[in-house]
Amino acid sequence: MKLLVCVSQTPDTTTKIKFANGDTEFDTNGVQFIMNPYDEWYALVRALELKEQVGGTVTLFHVGPKANETVIRKGLAIGADNAVRVDAEATSAMFTAAQIASYAQSEGYDMVFLGKETIDYNGSEVAAMTAEMLDMPFISYATKMDVNGTTATINRDIEGGMETLEVDAPFVLSCAKGMAEQRIPNMRGIMMAKRKPINVIPAVESADLVKVTKYEYPAAKSGVKLIDPENMEELVNLLHNEAKVI
Amino acid sequence: MAVLVYAESLTGSIKKAAIEAVTYGNLTAQSLGTECIALTIGTAEGAASLGQYGAAKVYNVAASDDFDAQVYAQIISEAATQVGADVVVFAHSSSGKSLAGRVAVRTKAGLVSSVISVPEGDQFTVKKGVFSGKGFASYEITADKKVLTIAGNTFPPQVVAQDVAVEALNINVPTSKVKVLSKSTVDGVVPLPEAELVVSAGRGMKGPENWGIIEEMAGILGATTACSRPVADVHWRPHHEHVGQTGVAIRPTLYIAVGISGAIQHLAGVNQSKVIVVINKDPEAPFFKAADYGVVGDLFDVVPRLNQALKKFKESQN
Ligand SMILES: Cc1cc2nc3c(=O)[nH]c(=O)nc-3n(C[C@H](O)[C@H](O)[C@H](O)COP(=O)(O)OP(=O)(O)OC[C@H]3O[C@@H](n4cnc5c(N)ncnc54)[C@H](O)[C@@H]3O)c2cc1C
Ligand SMILES: Nc1ncnc2c1ncn2[C@@H]1O[C@H](COP(=O)(O)O)[C@@H](O)[C@H]1O
Repeated sequence: MKLLVCVSQTPDTTTKIKFANGDTEFDTNGVQFIMNPYDEWYALVRALELKEQVGGTVTLFHVGPKANETVIRKGLAIGADNAVRVDAEATSAMFTAAQIASYAQSEGYDMVFLGKETIDYNGSEVAAMTAEMLDMPFISYATKMDVNGTTATINRDIEGGMETLEVDAPFVLSCAKGMAEQRIPNMRGIMMAKRKPINVIPAVESADLVKVTKYEYPAAKSGVKLIDPENMEELVNLLHNEAKVI
Repeated sequence: MAVLVYAESLTGSIKKAAIEAVTYGNLTAQSLGTECIALTIGTAEGAASLGQYGAAKVYNVAASDDFDAQVYAQIISEAATQVGADVVVFAHSSSGKSLAGRVAVRTKAGLVSSVISVPEGDQFTVKKGVFSGKGFASYEITADKKVLTIAGNTFPPQVVAQDVAVEALNINVPTSKVKVLSKSTVDGVVPLPEAELVVSAGRGMKGPENWGIIEEMAGILGATTACSRPVADVHWRPHHEHVGQTGVAIRPTLYIAVGISGAIQHLAGVNQSKVIVVINKDPEAPFFKAADYGVVGDLFDVVPRLNQALKKFKESQN
């Protein structure tokens, strides 16, 4: 099977977030970037398991400048066979999806794996867009997948529950917790990753349609009000009369 | 020009997420000087009530109740064309998120997801939370057509009008390539993303056998239970309760955190709660910095006492 795994990068959650240029830009100075956890832990690992089961290739796909290759190398160290990088800033979900769809179309993949969302902007936009551009079924928030021939049986998260469905390849899939267990790259993987090819390709044209005009910091919390642990009536009273939430 | 809201009915009836989306759609329509139209697909009990929240018209398209993003996106895009909608609104829910991107591509619209403000200005500017609650971003949509998904628990429904008759909308429904085998939802509990009151606990609980006091509190309040990630990882609690960066992100009005330290990855999923109460025996626990109310004490003493006080309060309310 030909499997394509789309990976994004995101600031490590523990990073301090700063905005620059009159709060119109995200300041990437000193920011530690990591592979988006949903892509690394679930999408990539499930694709690798599938390859181990039925054979085939796992190709990583990333839209971003050369500096982002650290993240791609990590994916190769975890076990992907090769990688494609579109040499452009991922300026919007629409732009990114257009790159994935254009490449996937020309190469013909059985399954396109993405993460549930990137944890910086929590957009959850790219996967659905990619599926539409490819005119393929889209299975979102998959938590488990069994593959038999070209038919997949997939569990997916729905509000307050779960749905099980069946779909034939090709399709686009977004992966959530449960799909697989995180794999830590070992020394051999890291060594081999250095020799695996990263194919750099130019971007196809696509409009952004949205743009960020301003960033803001959240209002600071006014500070915690401590309540005597012996006096829970007081807490109830505050929640009712002051906070008005019960 | 109109605002079209997809009012989802995942389990055959209109739920809170759909009503909030219509509420938002109506506010947006008002600010644009146009009308809000609601669209339902398949079985949608209670669709007429969407009129109360500001839908001037409610349409229904006869189609299978089995959700398929590909088919539903086609129906919604076609409906948008038929009713002349420039703005299409979804809940930021499992189905809303699965559809919005597809509809944006089909209609060549600019998409912003998990929006927390009504569009402002000529440039159609909307705001959303970014970087795990560490910031907000304002987006301008430069395309003529707009697609938005609306963050949950952000636009409280208000009755502004009356029921409207549901009209059928005629749309050719394509064949689905997906076969739904089964669907299960937990009955009687408000799903976490929709819950307004959430009681959550972590490793401080020592073991799954101690969760009775948490469930009791949730029972008294009518709240939904949640947990920290390590607790779900060791199967003390079911996975769907896990909140945080890698779990469910929630925005309830009240979040009570018991025996949770408040690691940044946990806060990422809960720091948009309106009011946070933290119960922890360690006064240095980082969670207190994000809390509105704090109780420094042993949860095994504090929680039973709080449950007593809550019970008394609830009884006095009846
Ligand atoms: C990439 C990544 C993603 C992550 N994603 C998530 C996520 O989505 N969600 C998440 O929750 N975590 C996540 N984590 C884990 C996170 O970093 C913390 O390890 C986790 O949240 C800690 O869980 P906890 O607070 O239950 O446990 P602990 O940190 O062990 O805290 C237990 C707390 O209970 C208190 N306590 C103990 N006994 C009592 C008592 N008797 N009475 C009162 N208080 C008591 C202690 O003082 C302590 O503060 C992630 C980590 C990483 C690296
Ligand atoms: N720059 C990118 N390059 C490749 N894939 C991406 C990129 N950005 C997002 N994706 C994929 O799209 C998924 C959803 O991202 P988002 O819509 O940004 O939340 C991610 O989990 C990735 O699989």
